[in-house]
Amino acid sequence: MRDPVSSVEGVMAVMPLANVNTDAIIPSVWLRTATADLGKALFGGQRYDEHGAERPDFVLNRAPFRQARILLADENFGCGSSREAAVWALAQFGIGCVLAPSFADIFYENAFKNGLVAGLIEPATYLTLKATADAHADAPVFRVDLRSTTVTGPDGLSHAFRIPASRAQALMRGDDEIAITLRETDAIEAHYAAARARADWLFPPALERARTS
Amino acid sequence: MAAPATSFDKIWAAHLVARLDDGRDLIFVDRHVLQETTCAVAFAGLKRAGRSVAHPELTIATQDHIVSTDPGRDEDSNPGGRELLTLMRSNAYASRIRHFGVGDPRQGIVHVIAPELGFALPGSILACGDSHTSTVGGLGALGIGVGTSEVEHVLATQTLALTRPANMRVRFEGKVGPGITAKDLILRAMGELGVAGGRGCAVEYAGSAIEALTVEARLTLCNMSIELGARLGLIAPDEKTFAYLEGREFAPRGEAFSRAVAAWRGLRSDEDAVFARDVLIDCDTIAPQVTWGTTPQDVAGIGERVPDPAGFADARRRESVAQAIRYMGLEPGMKLAGIPIDVAFIGSCTNSRLSDLEAAAAVVRGRRVAPGVRGLVVPGSMSVKREAEARGLHEIFRAAGFEWREAGCSMCVSINEDVVAPGLRCIATTNRNFENRQGPQARTHLASPAMVAAAALAGRITDVREVPLS
Repeated sequence: MRDPVSSVEGVMAVMPLANVNTDAIIPSVWLRTATADLGKALFGGQRYDEHGAERPDFVLNRAPFRQARILLADENFGCGSSREAAVWALAQFGIGCVLAPSFADIFYENAFKNGLVAGLIEPATYLTLKATADAHADAPVFRVDLRSTTVTGPDGLSHAFRIPASRAQALMRGDDEIAITLRETDAIEAHYAAARARADWLFPPALERARTS
Repeated sequence: MAAPATSFDKIWAAHLVARLDDGRDLIFVDRHVLQETTCAVAFAGLKRAGRSVAHPELTIATQDHIVSTDPGRDEDSNPGGRELLTLMRSNAYASRIRHFGVGDPRQGIVHVIAPELGFALPGSILACGDSHTSTVGGLGALGIGVGTSEVEHVLATQTLALTRPANMRVRFEGKVGPGITAKDLILRAMGELGVAGGRGCAVEYAGSAIEALTVEARLTLCNMSIELGARLGLIAPDEKTFAYLEGREFAPRGEAFSRAVAAWRGLRSDEDAVFARDVLIDCDTIAPQVTWGTTPQDVAGIGERVPDPAGFADARRRESVAQAIRYMGLEPGMKLAGIPIDVAFIGSCTNSRLSDLEAAAAVVRGRRVAPGVRGLVVPGSMSVKREAEARGLHEIFRAAGFEWREAGCSMCVSINEDVVAPGLRCIATTNRNFENRQGPQARTHLASPAMVAAAALAGRITDVREVPLS
């Protein structure tokens, strides 16, 4: 069971690049153990220099963005590797919502599994939100609300974002997807039995041996 | 009469368990492959919830990402990898999952061993916690790359809840010139369609140039579907596919194999099947491809030059091209041929099969790696390594000054100890040239095995067609 999420409010940082890949979000050098501090590793390749010191010009190293809760990104955010650690790094840093005109498929799925709101916005909304954040650089505080599917800026203006209604509801309930699927266990096992009868070649003896061994 | 269907439609329909209220489909997963970096947290989640593995018989595990590839290595050779390797071995044992770890003759990269063991079959759905699972589309399987939560979901339920992808077709038509490989075809498609060109889609590759490819070449082509942004890529199986699979460990045998082939013949897309998007790649003019930037779409023919950012109309693209050229340490207008390299890497789930090593060895035979260049050859599996050694390929590579290593992901993901040092330039047969991918500040050029071999010998990026084969 995850904690239910219905809104995310806080500083919004902007990542003004298309095709930000998951290797950039969490470089592989931090993936060698199951216990690394992934929040510290977020965008590690850009955040730190070769000696491990923070690069002062990187957005997440500057106030107030060190406390960012929302990330505004451009097209095809999260492309590349399937590593779910990209989502964990964002969450452990404190990001609760990423808004972008489009997301890579696997990243998009991974986000919802971890209660990270992935909101789709129009390209024009991306530009508007970026301009609003720039104009309020001292306190770029935004509020993302799942019930109304709007993001409201420090100027008081609200803009729509898109999220499938079922996804929003699952986030607000904190659904455990595996528990929900396990309610279908009978249908799943019936499917497997029928497939074995119809296409026995798909489940040859060499494969099934582990069932009885 | 049934509506015309694509290959993808037919396979998806045969695996549909239920339509979910949220619009997604619950899909049965016939085959599940585990690798060490994405399954530890999934097993921990299962344990915490008091759940068990629903179908261990449909699952295999192998160690590839973090293993050492040092000659004579064992599971402890890379101390940084010990935790994840040990966890996978013990989790697999406790769940009665077949585990092909270091020391097992079947160990290798997930996407290399799934086809060579006959674990991936035409018409099946195979899931793996790795984005390049689309590789098995080369056999006509749906290979679905997932994250760790979905690995846990498959372990617990043997299903995935997925949004049904749209149908897209990329047709490669025409006559491919000498020296042009599947890698060049998919890189060219990348340049034309972009890294988001297939987002949300199941991409079927078709056309005369695809039919002409060997099965191993088709695996290479489908491997990089994720770099097109696609959910998966596939090629309808044909006689070559059937011949490739016959006799493999987990493939059906005897009379069951004949019935399988009969079923597999029905997997082709119907003549009048409709694709939401249909694109054509003209193969007549494709030259050997090499990337100059930091995404796979930053690619050009070997005779071309590093582009000038000023030539791009879109301001954001202009900026990203400028940043890519800066990171890569190149100048606009430089010829790609002649760029000096420090490292040449032949390996990865894209290009580490026997035919890849043979293509590289044909270029290398009787020659020497250029002074100052480090060359590595890393077979994709221990089976590939054995077959290559039986043909004497290891001697050709070693005599030329290449390192001949053990099977693993090695210098593609660089999560192990095989890393390109900061600022050095590597030409690689891998699939990703992202910033820092092969190590902090490493610079990567993607190319085919023959092109990488040619560059290793010359010490600079070279048109392989100008290197006489001995």
